[in-house]
Amino acid sequence: MDIHEYQAKELLAGFGVAVPRGSIAFSAEQAEFAATQLGGSFWAVKAQIHSGGRGKAGGVRLCRTHHEVGAAARDMLGRTLVTNQTGPAGKPVQRVYIEVAEPFEREIYLGFVLDRKIQRIRVIASAQGGMEIEEIAHSRPESILQIAVEPAVGMQPFQARELAFGLGLNIKQVGRAVTAIMGCYRAFRDLDATMVEINPLVVTADDRVLALDAKFSLDDNALFRHATVAEMRDLQQEDPREAQAAQHGLNYVGLEGDIGCIINGAGLAMATMDMIKYAGGEPANFLDVGGGASPARVAEAFRLVLSDRKVKAILVNIFAGINRCDWVAEGVVQAAAGLQVPLVVRLAGTNEEAGQKIIANSALPIITARDLADAAAKAVAAARGNSAKEPA
Amino acid sequence: MSILIDEKTPVLVQGITGEKAAFHAQAMIDYGTLVVGGVTPGKGGQRHLDRPVFDTVKDAVKATGAQASLVFVPPPYAADALMEAADAGLRLICVITDGIPAQDMMRVKRYLMRYPKDSRSLLVGPNCAGIISAGKAMLGIMPGNIYRRGNVGIVSRSGTLGYEAAAQMQALGIGVTTSVGIGGDPINGSSFLDHLALFERDPETHAVVMIGEIGGPQEAEAAAWIQKNMSKPVVGYVAGLTAPKGRRMGHAGAIISEQGDTAAEKAEIMRSYGLHVAPSAAELGQTVAQALRTIA
Repeated sequence: MDIHEYQAKELLAGFGVAVPRGSIAFSAEQAEFAATQLGGSFWAVKAQIHSGGRGKAGGVRLCRTHHEVGAAARDMLGRTLVTNQTGPAGKPVQRVYIEVAEPFEREIYLGFVLDRKIQRIRVIASAQGGMEIEEIAHSRPESILQIAVEPAVGMQPFQARELAFGLGLNIKQVGRAVTAIMGCYRAFRDLDATMVEINPLVVTADDRVLALDAKFSLDDNALFRHATVAEMRDLQQEDPREAQAAQHGLNYVGLEGDIGCIINGAGLAMATMDMIKYAGGEPANFLDVGGGASPARVAEAFRLVLSDRKVKAILVNIFAGINRCDWVAEGVVQAAAGLQVPLVVRLAGTNEEAGQKIIANSALPIITARDLADAAAKAVAAARGNSAKEPA
Repeated sequence: MSILIDEKTPVLVQGITGEKAAFHAQAMIDYGTLVVGGVTPGKGGQRHLDRPVFDTVKDAVKATGAQASLVFVPPPYAADALMEAADAGLRLICVITDGIPAQDMMRVKRYLMRYPKDSRSLLVGPNCAGIISAGKAMLGIMPGNIYRRGNVGIVSRSGTLGYEAAAQMQALGIGVTTSVGIGGDPINGSSFLDHLALFERDPETHAVVMIGEIGGPQEAEAAAWIQKNMSKPVVGYVAGLTAPKGRRMGHAGAIISEQGDTAAEKAEIMRSYGLHVAPSAAELGQTVAQALRTIA
């Protein structure tokens, strides 16, 4: 789960990381009022969306008067912001963060990730902040400093000092950078983050070290123990179909093709999508119905897949272990009654025969397939046949 | 022979009194697995599936001599259950649970390191289908009837793709020594490499199928290791050619985030290290048959 910049900063501030003073606003009036309350003479108005690259896309504006703050907020709110990370659909701007703009001397990159290769938290820092890390890795790889945290004892202050001195900070700045680095680490550990990125972490002329931007991704599997953080979820920033799927225990990712997929198991789902492509078609989605799929969950999967108007045929591919083919078949038969697009079903594994019997006895025009290749070929043919029927 | 388990391996089920766990424990017993008991804290002294239930793993090991455990404990308590199993000295721990926090798994892996290598538990999973030694014993949730006894080992991140491989092989008359699901999480208890090494040493295994997916460095590492260390042919497959970058495809571990993470890149790496790469998931069985012919 991703959260907004202002939420990330609020969390990090709780762990002792210094951040500029700021306030959230949902309207231009609130934004202007926030600027008067924050004081100062120079403000940043920042669109709050779950994406980086906002600056280049017009989502960050520096303002010199309260009135300008209000105008900037009015421009941004209600708009859809397309950045180099959002994809063409962009993300809706429904809140803006008003921050006292701090002049700074240096920009540092600071990132924390759960590195699956070394199975430890890895801390990455570079004196070349302000650029994206991929860009730094490409143009200034020698500037990247790295630390791996030993899970048994956690990050130690000496590791943070090594990074801070390595970044070329003076002694006063080093102490403050260590506070920021250790604070981010504790937030990462205590809140079950999968990624924390401060880019840039800035150093001011008076030697303060501030998180000017913050990205925070949380482990969905750990939200059960972070109820207040889970509350920060902003469903408006997520694909509505994917959010709806998650509520029903389904995993859905929308794609560009026309063959709707309902499959059990992430691996088999990906392999089936690959098979569709291999057979000359294009999958409309990834959908994993998960283990122990009930007829109701299967029916929900159909609703979800059919909510994509591009879908010209549906392929159900189940290889049941923890699932039961008869249960899935019941859901399929319920959903297939009145279905407007051709349906191809392949059932294998636990209670396979019972499931196939339910399909056969339903007297519905369901196309059955004996194996993976057969299923993909039939689905591609069905989608083609269906598109051909459509008036030009 | 087979790897990890056979019909003589005494097995515990942690969380045995749960509905799903009991269902699969019964299927394991029906398959011929030597299930000697279960563990559910607070239910010690009861019997379930005609097996004794214990409060702690240590009690269970003491009373039954169990060597392996199947963990069916919900995510919030799973890491604790895994460390308890390791501390009780179980040789093999297989965890089916889906949804364990990644940092919990990081700590579990570190915890295992406190034991010397020769007495350290081998952890399989989480978020996997388990382990089956065809015709001998099953430690997991797979449909047992699709595994014909034979001489090919299977190691797969995805449970259902492992089934797909076994079923295609069965249709061609090819059987399995042992099939291992290493799971779809970003941090696995054991990797492809751990199991490939066991298959290489198992005289009954003549070839191995390795089924990967997008995300993470495991497949590439394993492929490099295979070229250096394996005498047996290995069939490789990577799911997710059509997966878009940056999107999590069901499994927490299945996300293309770095270079070398895509299915095409991984398949190419496998090919470059001499693996027999199956062109599609529907050709797993045929590719195994071809690989077996190279050693016939």
